[in-house]
Amino acid sequence: MGSDLLGVTTIAYLASGVLFIRSLGGLSRQETARAGNAAGMVGMLVAIAVAAVTWVASGDVMARQVGLGLMVGAVVVGGLIGSTLARRVEMTGMPELVAMLHSFVGLAAVLVGFSSYLNPPPGLEGVRHTVHLAEIWAGVAVGAITLTGSIVAWGKLKGTITGKPLLLPGRHALNALVAIAIIGMGHPFHLMPGTTGLPYLVAMTALACLIGVHLVVAIGGADMPVVVSLLNSYSGWAAAAAGFMLNNDLLIVTGALVGSSGTILSIIMCRAMNRSILNVVFGGFGTGDVKPAEPGAAPAGVVQEIKADELGGALAQAKNVIIVPGYGMAVSRAQSAVQELTRTLREQGVNVRFAIHPVAGRLPGHMNVLLAEAGVPYDIVLEMEHINADFDKTDVVLVIGANDIVNPGALDDPSSSIYGMPVLEVWKARLTVVLKRGMAAGYAGVENPLFYLPNNRMLFGDARKSVEALVAAVKK
Amino acid sequence: MATIIGVPKETLPGEKRVAATPESVKKLFQRGLIIRVEKGAGSAAGYSDEAYRLAGAELVDDAWKDADAVFKVRPPTVEEAGRIKEGALLVSLLYPERNPGLSDVLKPRKVTALALEKIPRVTRAQKMDVLSSQANLSGYRAVVEAAAHLQGFFGPQVTAAGSTPPAKVLIIGAGVAGLAAIGAARALGAEVRAFDTRAAAREQVESMGAKFLEVSVKETGEGGGGYAKVMSPEFIAAEMALFRAQAKEVDVIISTALVPGTKAPLLLPRDVVEHLKPGSVVVDMAAEQGGNCELCKPGEVVDFQGVKILGFTDLPSRMAATSSKFFAMNLVHLAGELGQGDSLTINLENDVVRPALVLHQGESLPPLPPKEPTLPAVKPVAVPKPDAKPKQQDIMSQSGRAWGTTVGGLALISGLFVLGRFAPPDFLQHSTVFVLACFVGWQVVWAVTPALHTPLMSVTNAISGIIIIGGMLQVGASLDAATILGAIAVLFAAINISGGFLVTQRMLKMFHREASAPTKGGH
Repeated sequence: MGSDLLGVTTIAYLASGVLFIRSLGGLSRQETARAGNAAGMVGMLVAIAVAAVTWVASGDVMARQVGLGLMVGAVVVGGLIGSTLARRVEMTGMPELVAMLHSFVGLAAVLVGFSSYLNPPPGLEGVRHTVHLAEIWAGVAVGAITLTGSIVAWGKLKGTITGKPLLLPGRHALNALVAIAIIGMGHPFHLMPGTTGLPYLVAMTALACLIGVHLVVAIGGADMPVVVSLLNSYSGWAAAAAGFMLNNDLLIVTGALVGSSGTILSIIMCRAMNRSILNVVFGGFGTGDVKPAEPGAAPAGVVQEIKADELGGALAQAKNVIIVPGYGMAVSRAQSAVQELTRTLREQGVNVRFAIHPVAGRLPGHMNVLLAEAGVPYDIVLEMEHINADFDKTDVVLVIGANDIVNPGALDDPSSSIYGMPVLEVWKARLTVVLKRGMAAGYAGVENPLFYLPNNRMLFGDARKSVEALVAAVKK
Repeated sequence: MATIIGVPKETLPGEKRVAATPESVKKLFQRGLIIRVEKGAGSAAGYSDEAYRLAGAELVDDAWKDADAVFKVRPPTVEEAGRIKEGALLVSLLYPERNPGLSDVLKPRKVTALALEKIPRVTRAQKMDVLSSQANLSGYRAVVEAAAHLQGFFGPQVTAAGSTPPAKVLIIGAGVAGLAAIGAARALGAEVRAFDTRAAAREQVESMGAKFLEVSVKETGEGGGGYAKVMSPEFIAAEMALFRAQAKEVDVIISTALVPGTKAPLLLPRDVVEHLKPGSVVVDMAAEQGGNCELCKPGEVVDFQGVKILGFTDLPSRMAATSSKFFAMNLVHLAGELGQGDSLTINLENDVVRPALVLHQGESLPPLPPKEPTLPAVKPVAVPKPDAKPKQQDIMSQSGRAWGTTVGGLALISGLFVLGRFAPPDFLQHSTVFVLACFVGWQVVWAVTPALHTPLMSVTNAISGIIIIGGMLQVGASLDAATILGAIAVLFAAINISGGFLVTQRMLKMFHREASAPTKGGH
């Protein structure tokens, strides 16, 4: 490789690194988001092109036809699979897709790690060799955890694996033991000459895979936003570790960007649930580690029902309406019906807005995407901080398939296990209506005193059917 | 056996309400109760016998006969009470103080009598509180009647034929009825002022958009259960002075002042009425309890020097369909308090039912120790205390952890420093790049709007596909394990790159502002 080409490569990698930063920066606002995505694509094209040129220039291409064929084939097939997935996925299925893509990064990191072990760069001796092995060790471990953790998360989101946390006895000890084993096995591994340490690497990968599975099966369905964000950051760290192995700064930079992005998302999700990351990952919420609510503390009052016709009338009369969507809206695929209701009401001059809690749904920002897909303009979809003060000026609040995020107990009941969690203060509105299938408690297993307040009504039934009935009632 | 509820036709002349509507019958019927409605009971309120029958009621000639419980609006006459089944439950407005003969008839028949007007005015009982539901209607109706008798507009008019200012309305007593009257008068466009002896009323009055009037004498009139108490002579003198002054200005006075258990206070003596302009209207909503206005005659319209004084005692009956609907729903909720399923049972421990029981199986119950009223009667909405916890934390703030990150960063750098003593120089260089990139990422990603967090995840999915380069670098000349592993890595990374970017693009296209046409689906 000529030194002039090395210079070009470095500059090109720098350029794509900058483009990636620009890409994430672009997502800060709706107006610049598409340009940001485009910047990311350009950055990726530049990076791949430069890598390809470097590869071609690094020796006789004709002698490496097989490798070239494999590479081009892999890119084309992978690209086609990816674009098909992107086209076919339904927006309710976004969490699954994201989890699957995380597992691919983990898998690629594991593969690159093995490959790099089997075919190390030339001229590594002494300390540098040891460092290289340590990088492989760490990269493969993070990659494997990401891989299996994401697969389990994918299964949980899809419903093929139960959403209930699976808690093995002594799971903390088990995790610690496996972690010690992973670190401990690194010592004999680095003493093995050549590629003879492969069995150790394979064994360690298996252990890391186990830890990945075990960590995620212990986490319940509604904590998935945090888990998916965490896996997002792991996939970044895995890419960064691969960069260390291969002496590639672009991989390091990109991995670090993705890793910190995932970390920030996890932090936001955890703050929105008033819990620490450790509590989410190791806690097992509402599963015995947390004391259940005092029996007999059932809220005073009576649950009052409302029918769609009556509510339709109230909506048509209202001036201000706020809709609070939750995971239940995604489950019953009610978003199109909700959009229809929104449009109908807005045509009648009702000011309809949406209030989004950060942990509504199974993916950060999931509700926004669902509503955007249904055709709800994004400027009436507001975050919790921006709309919480407006509930007392609101005539009707519709809570669609959400529970814990509208629980007043989070603010005023220190015995509640969700005390301190920021919530949407819907009860300040003149009338709140909760659309719900039955009286079951939310994910946290906490009674919701909102249902018993005198200004609250329940509209029981499937969310989509209820909203469709509301549309018909409003149109009357 | 299922409890039989009888709903007789009201016999008081002018009373058009009924204690059950087809809607309420349906609700009671659904829980297994048997409802017998007297033929024609709802006709004055616009509910046909057929509608009751369809809702599940049995139509009978005498709803008193054999009924285990009787739901009624007005206190029964002595004759009616004599027809009640022994041991039955009577649910009605009773006013035993005003109807002393009644209990003499009910006692020997071992009747349990639940007086609706005595249901405590606490939050939990609000949905059973017929006084509130009916007062709300009366307040509204009082304004409508006043408007019908006033010789002018309520709202201001500016027309080619001339202009008139808005009518000035004085509301005395800002209870449920008073507040409803304020709302109705404001809605018609009038300029409204209101007076109440209870300090708590000020906020409610002002929230309805009316001016709150005060007297110079400081004395609070908080009585029990959201009512006012009787005031001192100095206060009353100041109050009269205020009313006299107001009478010179206003076009309409609506008085709603009641003190429980006694005659309504006299607030508008003849000399106050004399200060009113001819053509003005006084609505005395306390007419049935003796009236707030000296010149008022219950049930009549009195014309005093051109001032009309309305003493209607049937304001809710003038809106019988809606007032019956509310009254009946109050009773449905009350029935819910008397147990679930197909029977009604009296629980003496129940803090809503117990105070309203004037007779239990023919016996008078010992009076309850007076309890402090928990809340004013007017729309007490149970809102969790806002100051129970300091302001909700700002989830999106980066600053919360700024110190943490700085300290963590410094620790990381010192770690690198130690590492630099031992590690090879290129590793150190990579570490530097890594740490810097982490900080850049940290700064950039905090700026991402939460609405775009899902696209953020899919775009980071795509760019973490950069690991494709790692795979490419591992593909060598020969078809060995390293090459194959590298190629598989390239395959999966390529899925990530194209899948991630394309799905992000698809998602971002969906986000649109209000003005643009909705775009749906993929491309």
